[in-house]
Amino acid sequence: MIELAGIRKAFNQGQHNEYWALNGIDLAIEANKVTALRGPSGSGKTTLLTLVGCLARPTEGRVRLKGEDISGLPERFLTDIRRRTFGFVFQQFNLIKGLSALDNIILPAYPTGEPRRELLERAEALLARLNLGHRREAKVEWLSGGEQQRVAICRALINDPEALIADEPTANLDTHLAKEFMAILEGLAGEGRTILLTSHDPLVTESAVVDRGVEMRDGQIVDDR
Amino acid sequence: MKLWFEKQRYLIDFTLASMARRKARNLGLLGVYTVLVFVLASVALYTHALRVEAAKVLAASPEVILQRLVAGRHDLIPPGYLEKVGRIRGVQKKEGRLWGYYYDAVVKANYTFMVPNDASIAKGEIVVGPALERSRGLAAGNGISFRSYSGKLHTFIVASVLPQASEIASADLVLMHEEDFRAFFDYPVGHYTDIALSVANPLEVRNVALKLAAALPDSRPILRDEVLRTYASIFDWREGIVLALLSAAILAFGILAWEKASGLSADEKREIGILKAIGWETGDIIKMKFWEGLLISLTAFLAGFVAAYLHVFYFAATLFEPVLKGWAVLYPEFRLTPHIDGLQVATLFFFTVFPYAAAVLAPIWKAAITDPDAVMRG
Repeated sequence: MIELAGIRKAFNQGQHNEYWALNGIDLAIEANKVTALRGPSGSGKTTLLTLVGCLARPTEGRVRLKGEDISGLPERFLTDIRRRTFGFVFQQFNLIKGLSALDNIILPAYPTGEPRRELLERAEALLARLNLGHRREAKVEWLSGGEQQRVAICRALINDPEALIADEPTANLDTHLAKEFMAILEGLAGEGRTILLTSHDPLVTESAVVDRGVEMRDGQIVDDR
Repeated sequence: MKLWFEKQRYLIDFTLASMARRKARNLGLLGVYTVLVFVLASVALYTHALRVEAAKVLAASPEVILQRLVAGRHDLIPPGYLEKVGRIRGVQKKEGRLWGYYYDAVVKANYTFMVPNDASIAKGEIVVGPALERSRGLAAGNGISFRSYSGKLHTFIVASVLPQASEIASADLVLMHEEDFRAFFDYPVGHYTDIALSVANPLEVRNVALKLAAALPDSRPILRDEVLRTYASIFDWREGIVLALLSAAILAFGILAWEKASGLSADEKREIGILKAIGWETGDIIKMKFWEGLLISLTAFLAGFVAAYLHVFYFAATLFEPVLKGWAVLYPEFRLTPHIDGLQVATLFFFTVFPYAAAVLAPIWKAAITDPDAVMRG
């Protein structure tokens, strides 16, 4: 589904603090599979996620989505691809405080201009599926960590994306909640969604749900199985 | 098209929710901004209405007034002048007027004594303006004495009080019989204060004035248009004075509004990052902020303008009246006819709503074009 060829990514390029986060990545992420990026902090996992998810462009190299080169596309087109193709679950959840769970969930669909009724139906279905129906009107800051993550998952799925990208999804959860998350992930994988996540939590990386583990270090892939 | 409307509705919905989440800041901003519009609109509406009112009052006044000058000062019109004027072509009607000022030490105010041209007032009687009615407690049938400049006391009976509707022009007026006037001021018979001339053709007014100046070289013709222009410039000048006095406050308010509107909090920046990451385009974020700016500035503009309208036309511009109306002791009490100038409203709208929209959009542009990957890094 996604191919990365000769990817390099620099921050503060040309300045005294120039830093290469990715240094020659070649990787093909298969559709309908769960791929986990492993590695210590600073290995480039999150940077790689941002490139795959069209949140940033590579400094060098090509990103292809279903065979189409998207690395040089203008921001507008990248945003459109991002909205249709990817759903994101961030490490800090990144929900908008002051809004209800339901309002947070439908936010990514606002730019599509879809009728509100349809959006709300879809959001309600997602809330019910993740056992959050009773918390729909609660402001997100009143929710527990596990509930917040489930709201973030609902939000990631509202536009029915083909791929789900999750950055350190269990970093802020206890073992019980982390297991709950893995169960949700299993369900999503079962639906045939492509899932790409980063983690150094063995509960995730060694889970049976994960089809493939990619080990990274110093901006390079050191192991792929 | 439906999609576009739906999208704008979502953006406005989100904007309103965002504004509600920052209630104190937005209400403060709205308040400051409304006050700013209120002040500017009050001054503009009031001076414009005064100008219109003055023009209306002067519409009934004669086209030309002729004054005689001695050593550059206004002097009495001697006998024979009226006849000389009558021979100038284009003059439809002419009349000698009698009027003068009288200082009333009791209320420390000046009155205008005048002889009406229809000679409708009986000897020994006067008709007074509404300001005298208030300041001296006069009513029809009352007697009042004025000490003339020669020291003699003259007593008059108030025949009636002029109607309130004419107060802008008649507040301090005392109308009396010609003989009473001449006796009170020791005015020689056959002399007048000035001469009022009616000219039928407005295009002829200037020619008549030139002919008058040639025929009576010691006289000064004053055209109605010139008086109107003088009034207009007096009100313009007063408007300028008020704005100059208020400029420091206006500037302070303006800077405060700009500061509040253009500053993006860390929370707002974080939100913009999140929205971009979950699929909002830079354009969507700018549109959202545009709606926010428009909602605040439009609400403030409407509220400020309506408040100014009520202040000027229903509460007699209480806040700016002393400076804008003039410096008389006897203020006329009048309610201005509501009058709004479209260009004035448009100018005010442009100078208040436009800078605000710019203040909101400039920083958001900078924040909105940054890459959304920052949000991944917490």
